[in-house]
Amino acid sequence: MNIVVLVKYVPDATADRQFEDDFTVDRVNVDGLLSELDEYAVEQSLQIKEKRDGEEITVTALTVGPQAAEAAVRKALQMGADKGVHVVDDAIAGSDSIATSLVLAKAIEKLGPVDLVVGGLASTDAGMSVVPAMLAERLGLPQVTLASVVETQGDQIRIKRDGDVATEVIGGTLPLVLSVTDQSGEARYPSFKGIMAAKKKPLETWSLADLGVDAGQVGLGAAYTAVEETAARPPRTAGEIVTDEDGSGAKALAEFLASKKFI
Amino acid sequence: MAEVLVLIDHVAGQVKKPTYELLTLAAKLGEPSAVYIGGADGAAGAAEAVKGYGAEKVYVIDDAQIKGYLVAPKAEALAQLAGTASPAAILLPSSAENKEVAARLAIKLDSGLITDAVDLDESGVATQSVFAGNFTVKGKVTKGTPIITVKPNSAAPVEKAGAAAVTPFEVTISDAAKTAQIVASQPRKASGRPELTEAAIVVSGGRGTGGDFSAVEGLADALGAAVGASRAAVDSGWMPHTFQVGQTGKTVSPQLYVANGISGAIQHRAGMQTSKTIVAVNKDEEAPIFELVDFGVVGDLHTVLPAVTDAVKAAKG
Ligand SMILES: Cc1cc2nc3c(=O)[nH]c(=O)nc-3n(C[C@H](O)[C@H](O)[C@H](O)COP(=O)(O)OP(=O)(O)OC[C@H]3O[C@@H](n4cnc5c(N)ncnc54)[C@H](O)[C@@H]3O)c2cc1C
Ligand SMILES: Cc1cc2nc3c(=O)[nH]c(=O)nc-3n(C[C@H](O)[C@H](O)[C@H](O)COP(=O)(O)OP(=O)(O)OC[C@H]3O[C@@H](n4cnc5c(N)ncnc54)[C@H](O)[C@@H]3O)c2cc1C
Repeated sequence: MNIVVLVKYVPDATADRQFEDDFTVDRVNVDGLLSELDEYAVEQSLQIKEKRDGEEITVTALTVGPQAAEAAVRKALQMGADKGVHVVDDAIAGSDSIATSLVLAKAIEKLGPVDLVVGGLASTDAGMSVVPAMLAERLGLPQVTLASVVETQGDQIRIKRDGDVATEVIGGTLPLVLSVTDQSGEARYPSFKGIMAAKKKPLETWSLADLGVDAGQVGLGAAYTAVEETAARPPRTAGEIVTDEDGSGAKALAEFLASKKFI
Repeated sequence: MAEVLVLIDHVAGQVKKPTYELLTLAAKLGEPSAVYIGGADGAAGAAEAVKGYGAEKVYVIDDAQIKGYLVAPKAEALAQLAGTASPAAILLPSSAENKEVAARLAIKLDSGLITDAVDLDESGVATQSVFAGNFTVKGKVTKGTPIITVKPNSAAPVEKAGAAAVTPFEVTISDAAKTAQIVASQPRKASGRPELTEAAIVVSGGRGTGGDFSAVEGLADALGAAVGASRAAVDSGWMPHTFQVGQTGKTVSPQLYVANGISGAIQHRAGMQTSKTIVAVNKDEEAPIFELVDFGVVGDLHTVLPAVTDAVKAAKG
């Protein structure tokens, strides 16, 4: 069984994230890391492998991103993925979701028959939550997404998800695309042994040419959407802060709410 | 004028408010056509509802072959409709499912996609709030049929009579689209409170509640507000995940957000920073949430909130 886990390299959310002059995300001057939400995808991929002890299962971590994005694959290998693929090409810079999903789909096809593609709930930078569905469409596969519980048996998968209107159990037959939420269970930390072992694991670097993708199909120039303006939100001006003493805080708050016509 | 398709957000034919917001935005771009995907029995009610918000047409797609499956059949249905209606744009209410429907649709129609717009102007420029609400981005779809998912509370719905001509639309759903199946479904119990993402007021609690949400719920009910929670409160099992506000929960943008016993981590801010007025009650004067507030009370939520609740009730008589 072949599992491909999608790992995105993102700027650290706790750092000062910025845009470049061309409105693309500054991915160089801000420290990056494996998107925390993709750690859950790695974790579930590894758990599926562990639960199906005795089967031949390969977990491949795949990223599309700049040079530094290799760190996202490395982290997945340290956690326990078997091999890694990093698609990197200058032409990819500034790609939108349409182009990103195209490159990911071509890379998955090149990896050969895949049983399960596992992604996260959303990236922690753009956070569109669309790439897994786009991949399913491109690969002609079903999707079971936003799982908080995942169970597989043979070629069957069952997931639980907490939707807005209902809690659902969803069933599907492999091959398919799966995405998991941060409710699916804590992701493991790489162990010392894992970190050492990762150094010897295969990590391939592919270019667009390796995938047979024309450079004109991707990147900022080929995007289906154009950003016209980015603006930092004006910082909120500090409001009034009172310290409660014997009910004075509640009184002041009630007066504030009344002054704003909320009561 | 070209049609603009708006997918109706409804439960059993009961149309939800974001639909009216989208119809209002759609009128800026062309002639709004509402699209109903659902049971035949709910169609008439839905058509009547959208008539009051300028829908000229109501496409009715019977969901007999669609319900019970995830995402893919809806995307097929909308792609077929787009094939005959040649719309100027397709607008969907931003929800987890609709974003995935939009994603598949974008690939099928070879069209650009913008998600989570918070505004849309006459020229099709959409505004998004990104990076935990710290940046505003304006962008436009430049290829194909613009597909845009729009967040609740993005426009004030404008009442306007439309023809609402009911137009049944037959779709053919492929077997391939029916491969991920809903095996069991447990509807969520109605809380009797407003929907978190649509509410004008949200009162939230965090780890500082210590697991006792009664003071938070009391104030919420007095104000007619929805109840929210931080991830710490959800992870502790005090509140269901559907109440979570933040990066991996709901993004809310109400008129008033009241954060109680919530420190104000970046991931929480991501879900509430664009609220119009922000109030916090926290016993730690150093809590980062105070950097955001219009009004803050340094104090114990378990004493402050009940007193405010009493004042609200007294004022409302
Ligand atoms: C602020 C901002 C706004 C944007 N707005 C738009 C827009 O409106 N329309 C548009 O088309 N594009 C937009 N983009 C570009 C888009 O975000 C990127 O193309 C991105 O690669 C795809 O979307 P995502 O990061 O939101 O992924 P999501 O759909 O949120 O990601 C879900 C999962 O897919 C997987 N995944 C996603 N990207 C990769 C990757 N590169 N490598 C490996 N796995 C991956 C991960 O498992 C991830 O958890 C925007 C980018 C930014 C920074
Ligand atoms: C990838 C990722 C995604 C995340 N997504 C989310 C998300 O969607 N939403 C979210 O909320 N968090 C999210 N988090 C978690 C976030 O980083 C914080 O851990 C979380 O928001 C903390 O919740 P809290 O403020 O309730 O708890 P704490 O940070 O522990 O704060 C509790 C506060 O309560 C105050 N307090 C204690 N007792 C009282 C009292 N009696 N009266 C008044 N005040 C009191 C304390 O002073 C403190 O400020 C995410 C984290 C990661 C890494």
